[in-house]
Amino acid sequence: MLSYLIRRLVLTVPVLLGVATLVFALIHLVPGDPAQSMLGEAASAEEVTALRHTLGLDRPLLAQYVSFMGGAVRGDLGTSFRYGTPVAREIKSRLYRTVQLALAAMAVALVFAIPLGIVSAVLRGTFVDHAAMTLSLVGISMPNFWLGPLLAILFAVRLGWLPVAGTGTLAHLVLPAVTLGAALAAILARMTRASVLEELRELYVLAARARGLSRTRAIVRHAFRNSLIPVVTIVGLQFGAVLTGTIITETIFAWPGVGRLLIQSISFRDYPLVQGCILFISITYVLMNLVTDLTYGLVDPRIRFD
Amino acid sequence: MIRVGLVIVLVAVLAALVGPALSPYNPAAQELARRLEPPTLSHPFGLDELGRDILARLLAGARISLLVGLAVVSVSSVVGMLVGSIAGYFGGRVDDVISRVVDILMAFPGILLAIALVAVLGPSLTNVVLALSVIGWVGYARLVRGQALRARELDFVHAARALGAGSPRVVLRHVLPSAFPAVVVQSTLGMAGAIIAEASLSFLGLGVQPPTPSWGTMLDAGRAHLFDAPHLTIFPGLAIALLVLGFNFLGDGLRDRVDPKLAK
Repeated sequence: MLSYLIRRLVLTVPVLLGVATLVFALIHLVPGDPAQSMLGEAASAEEVTALRHTLGLDRPLLAQYVSFMGGAVRGDLGTSFRYGTPVAREIKSRLYRTVQLALAAMAVALVFAIPLGIVSAVLRGTFVDHAAMTLSLVGISMPNFWLGPLLAILFAVRLGWLPVAGTGTLAHLVLPAVTLGAALAAILARMTRASVLEELRELYVLAARARGLSRTRAIVRHAFRNSLIPVVTIVGLQFGAVLTGTIITETIFAWPGVGRLLIQSISFRDYPLVQGCILFISITYVLMNLVTDLTYGLVDPRIRFD
Repeated sequence: MIRVGLVIVLVAVLAALVGPALSPYNPAAQELARRLEPPTLSHPFGLDELGRDILARLLAGARISLLVGLAVVSVSSVVGMLVGSIAGYFGGRVDDVISRVVDILMAFPGILLAIALVAVLGPSLTNVVLALSVIGWVGYARLVRGQALRARELDFVHAARALGAGSPRVVLRHVLPSAFPAVVVQSTLGMAGAIIAEASLSFLGLGVQPPTPSWGTMLDAGRAHLFDAPHLTIFPGLAIALLVLGFNFLGDGLRDRVDPKLAK
């Protein structure tokens, strides 16, 4: 286990370096002069020169790269052009909201998907199974930038049950969390169903049935736990999708998280903040995938990390 | 499923090709006095925030969605097939370098990289295609690399080499064709992915710019009118969801045909 852990960690280093290098390269892809682009056409030559100096763009490329990487390691992502404050501070102040939304979305997904998947497996081939699987297919195909506004029209505008946007109360979290969690719920429900059905064919389940356990009890007591392995994998792997999904969901519901900060900083051409947000989201994504890989063994001791 | 998918896709293609010519309304023509008018017999999907016919704009937008999908899938699959077959066929250091680049790009959440690229290059149709292709080729490369690794050990490839065929010829004539069925499946599913990604970028204001009608941009405009004109949101979203569902059905069906072991 320890050697696997070390190998997996070592393999993550070049990926993290590559991701950071890509993010560093972004500002150099800006057509023309990034400083001019940030200040607009009306800016004087002195202003552009001053901003180039502040951004460090007047230094040799290698020196810029080394200081970017060094800063990134220390958590120093530069200074926001728009706010004039450290990028890391801006991200940190919105992180709580993004994590809150992502966790709520995953909770919504799990709460709906696992019972739905198990019930579908138990009642395989019945009307309930077909209805549940059709619902999940709809959930997978619905883009969140359509589902969000539709939910807002129904629950906020027509029924008036929930607020249409913003933060403050738990009620504000409901629509964004459901919007973000729906696709994951749909994937997880299908995965849980398939996984439970797979486990039901295993010998240990047959043995349990032979000892007189009912099918439902055999599922709940025995098959369910092992069927969780692929589900955990998908939850972990999908965390990245949830994280990137926050960009759209936060924009729809004016949720003040990192995703919305990214989109706002793009429209203000605040490139240091854009770089910071992208670096932060992608590194979290890579690390979550690492954690997912390492979690398998905890759920299924049969998996050996050699 | 495959038939449903095929019907949806064919209807969309037909609508994109002949729809704008058949529609009595110009997608850009504004009738400000009738803005936000709900669906009626003369305007079945209603009018938008500038009094433009939503159906006419959806038909024009279908062209954009399909065009972006087609362009992204074409560029990504050609680049991916070339890179993947080179990595798989030659192996060794070439494969190591290509595989590491693929690993890094795959570690990046795709849509985030597209957002980043469009953010710095500027929002436009060309940049959307470019950004989505930059992330799109990776999947094809990984797929074709696997197929090429298998193919290079097959008898007919050995035979071709024994007959004196050079590496480019072996790759182009023997290794690549063996990967085609899998690439066709991936391309069909890739169309769905590209269409949804284009719509996402346009929804965020980073894709096709107004007044060009794009389904994502139309949805974005609808957000300001959830209270007074929900039809601005309902129809473009429905169009995106249906077309994506169509390509997904078609791709799943094709995959089951290409690899019957995967059929449930």
